[in-house]
Amino acid sequence: MWGIIRQSAGNRGLSISKSQFRCLVQGARSYSSASKEMTVRDALNSALDEEMSADPKVFIMGEEVGEYQGAYKITKGLLDKYGPDRVIDTPITEAGFTGIAVGAAYHSLKPVVEFMTFNFSMQAIDHIINSAAKSNYMSAGQISVPIVFRGPNGAAAGVGAQHSQCYAAWFGACPGLKVLAPYSSEDARGLLKAAIRDPDPVVFLENELLYGESFPVSAEVLDSSFCLPIGKAKIEREGKDVTITTFSKMVGFALKAAEILEKEGISAEVINLRSIRPLDRATINSSVRKTNRLVTVEEGFPQHGVGAEICASVVEESFEYLDAPVERIAGADVCMPYAANLERLAVPQIEDIVRAAKRACYRSTSMAATG
Amino acid sequence: MAFSAKIIQPLPLFTTRSDNKNINNLSSPFVGSTYKLRLPTPIISSSRPHFGSASVVAVKSEVIKDSKKPKSDASSNLLITKEEGLEVYEDMILGRAFEDMCAQMYYRGKMFGFVHLYNGQEAVSSGFIKLLKKEDSVVSTYRDHVHALSKGVPASQVMSELFGKTTGCCRGQGGSMHMFSKEHNVLGGFAFIGEGIPVATGAAFTSKYRREVLKEADCDHVTMAFFGDGTCNNGQFFECLNMAALWKLPIIFVVENNLWAIGMSHLRATSDPQIWKKGPAFGMPGVHVDGMDVLKVREVAKEAVGRARRGEGPTLIECETYRFRGHSLADPDELRDPAEKAHYAARDPITSLKKYMVENNLATEAELKAIEKKIDEVIEEAVEFAEESPAPSRSQLLENVFADPKGFGIGPDGKYRCEDPKFTEGTAQV
Ligand SMILES: Cc1ncc(C[n+]2csc(CCOP(=O)(O)OP(=O)(O)O)c2C)c(N)n1
Ligand SMILES: [Mg+2]
Repeated sequence: MWGIIRQSAGNRGLSISKSQFRCLVQGARSYSSASKEMTVRDALNSALDEEMSADPKVFIMGEEVGEYQGAYKITKGLLDKYGPDRVIDTPITEAGFTGIAVGAAYHSLKPVVEFMTFNFSMQAIDHIINSAAKSNYMSAGQISVPIVFRGPNGAAAGVGAQHSQCYAAWFGACPGLKVLAPYSSEDARGLLKAAIRDPDPVVFLENELLYGESFPVSAEVLDSSFCLPIGKAKIEREGKDVTITTFSKMVGFALKAAEILEKEGISAEVINLRSIRPLDRATINSSVRKTNRLVTVEEGFPQHGVGAEICASVVEESFEYLDAPVERIAGADVCMPYAANLERLAVPQIEDIVRAAKRACYRSTSMAATG
Repeated sequence: MAFSAKIIQPLPLFTTRSDNKNINNLSSPFVGSTYKLRLPTPIISSSRPHFGSASVVAVKSEVIKDSKKPKSDASSNLLITKEEGLEVYEDMILGRAFEDMCAQMYYRGKMFGFVHLYNGQEAVSSGFIKLLKKEDSVVSTYRDHVHALSKGVPASQVMSELFGKTTGCCRGQGGSMHMFSKEHNVLGGFAFIGEGIPVATGAAFTSKYRREVLKEADCDHVTMAFFGDGTCNNGQFFECLNMAALWKLPIIFVVENNLWAIGMSHLRATSDPQIWKKGPAFGMPGVHVDGMDVLKVREVAKEAVGRARRGEGPTLIECETYRFRGHSLADPDELRDPAEKAHYAARDPITSLKKYMVENNLATEAELKAIEKKIDEVIEEAVEFAEESPAPSRSQLLENVFADPKGFGIGPDGKYRCEDPKFTEGTAQV
């Protein structure tokens, strides 16, 4: 990771990319004082509901989104409320219905395409990349594609190699796509609303294992006008000794690791990326300039991953601030095994984050921590 | 605009007859090659001798039943011999008992993730696969345990795989949705809709290639691809019907139409729900058969296997069947009408075969009981075997990603250096 060329580091400032955010920036404010709790599932469901009610051009299509109420019940109640013309059960033909949705977006409808899981988006990859992501460019801005591709992404439990992988880095590599990965209910609501209102194709990566988790939400988050900026990370926990960047389910792991580290006298700053693309390089780099140490965490594969991109950004922009090699935690470089014991070894665990953070802080680590 | 008109279940029985007028129109100039249709002068090249004529037929099982006398025993009117009947019965009992045990083991936490059971559809697996040779291939979906069993993968190995143990048919790496056995030519459980169809078509392509290019004259292996009604709306299905017919590949496309794709009724998902009709549209026979009747299934399967072995090309067979459980063990199964479930439960393919065998003096109740008892023991042993087998060792995590893993964490001794913390960069010390 040290071999990365310092390309054009000179003219790259730390300023946030100036893409227009269509909603008020609520940024990194914390809502921890909130009294109410909400599951990620309800957060997504309410965001869809509110956006559909606000704009008749918004419709949702996908497998089992209607009568079955969603394979993971994210669209529960929407068929009853908006009817089969706006909550459309499709046959199992990802390539077909994704292309149809893109065509509808060409004509200014606002489709929300649900993939039962993001694994199945592979059958629609042509339309996501070639039709959705490139049309605005190819048509010189004449045809924009306001579409959201959403569904669960990442490692699930016990479902084997084909049903368990993270696509953040895959989609994050494509010009023309915006890629979001919520962690909490606040993220889920604010980012999904932003995605639907955005004029460009947004890949919205949820996590099945988070759907049932509850998070505190403030009155502000519950307001129907609530929206989060695309491209802005959230500092979930402030710290001064080491920066941990991560997204989606791993944010929870990183926060737990930070608690353990605190007991050992290490103060970790946890950055919830929220947006994979655009990537909030400014927040990452200013944190690293403060802590001088970086641990990146993701469930996806190590090579060409989100962590690799973050390493490059920090090497390009904050090289001289680093006091230790960057530590990169990722899923093992293998297909997801089925056997439970191997599966556990294939995805990052809290102990791995703790150990890497200690290594970055030159604390001794025990090699026996992994089971 | 009404995208999702509500359609009342249960599925009305297929009433359309095969449309002979249409088929006659198709049969002579079309002959399995759209190529010829477009060109004024047909290209007859010696490298493509297989572009000969194939009659395009669309038949329903009734038609077959009427037109064919049972071959198994010419002297009687029976549809199956005693030996065949017992073999098929045993296979169906094995499938049923295995899946029931899986449900128990799943609820006890012995297996995990998505587990899709086959109860109710046994006539299809047994009716088709028991006709195959070991060299013939089977390609399945996520609902694959029973296809693997019918093809001869030992129950102990399938159970052990489901337990995630090293003695499983894929050493615990594949799991419920990914059964493979090279030895038995089970080419996979494919978890994505439609994926298995091209792979199966590729296996059939290989048989033809071996025979015609590699000059292995005796290579008459056939491939069966199993998949559901919902899958027939996926493009890969149509793409492969075309290529299989175009190149006259030895494949049988077996649609297990259980009327539902998770919670999506077939009638809500498909513009023309008669799937078998798509065969003739591509220049191959399309057959509809009662998939709850193993004897009928066997008849149409035999014919299709024969056609494939003789190099006469593919067949599409739609088996009307039903799953007696939810889509997977995680499915609440709230959308299917209880009356529909009861209708098909009353047509249990195992009960029907039993009745047929006993009524026609092919087997006594006692003989069939003995088979059931034997299978109970097989299943018990499979569970014990799986239970006692070891979980994969840590080092297995890095194995099998490549056939040639040079450069991927292999130490000087040729073993995986799993202790190398920089290898995966992931769970640091694997
Ligand atoms: C490409 C793809 N999209 C979605 C799914 C999720 N999925 C799994 S099974 C299934 C229904 C399949 O129905 P059918 O083909 O009728 O087979 P059955 O399960 O009834 O045997 C769906 C939609 C998938 N596995 N792959
Ligand atoms: Mg089905």
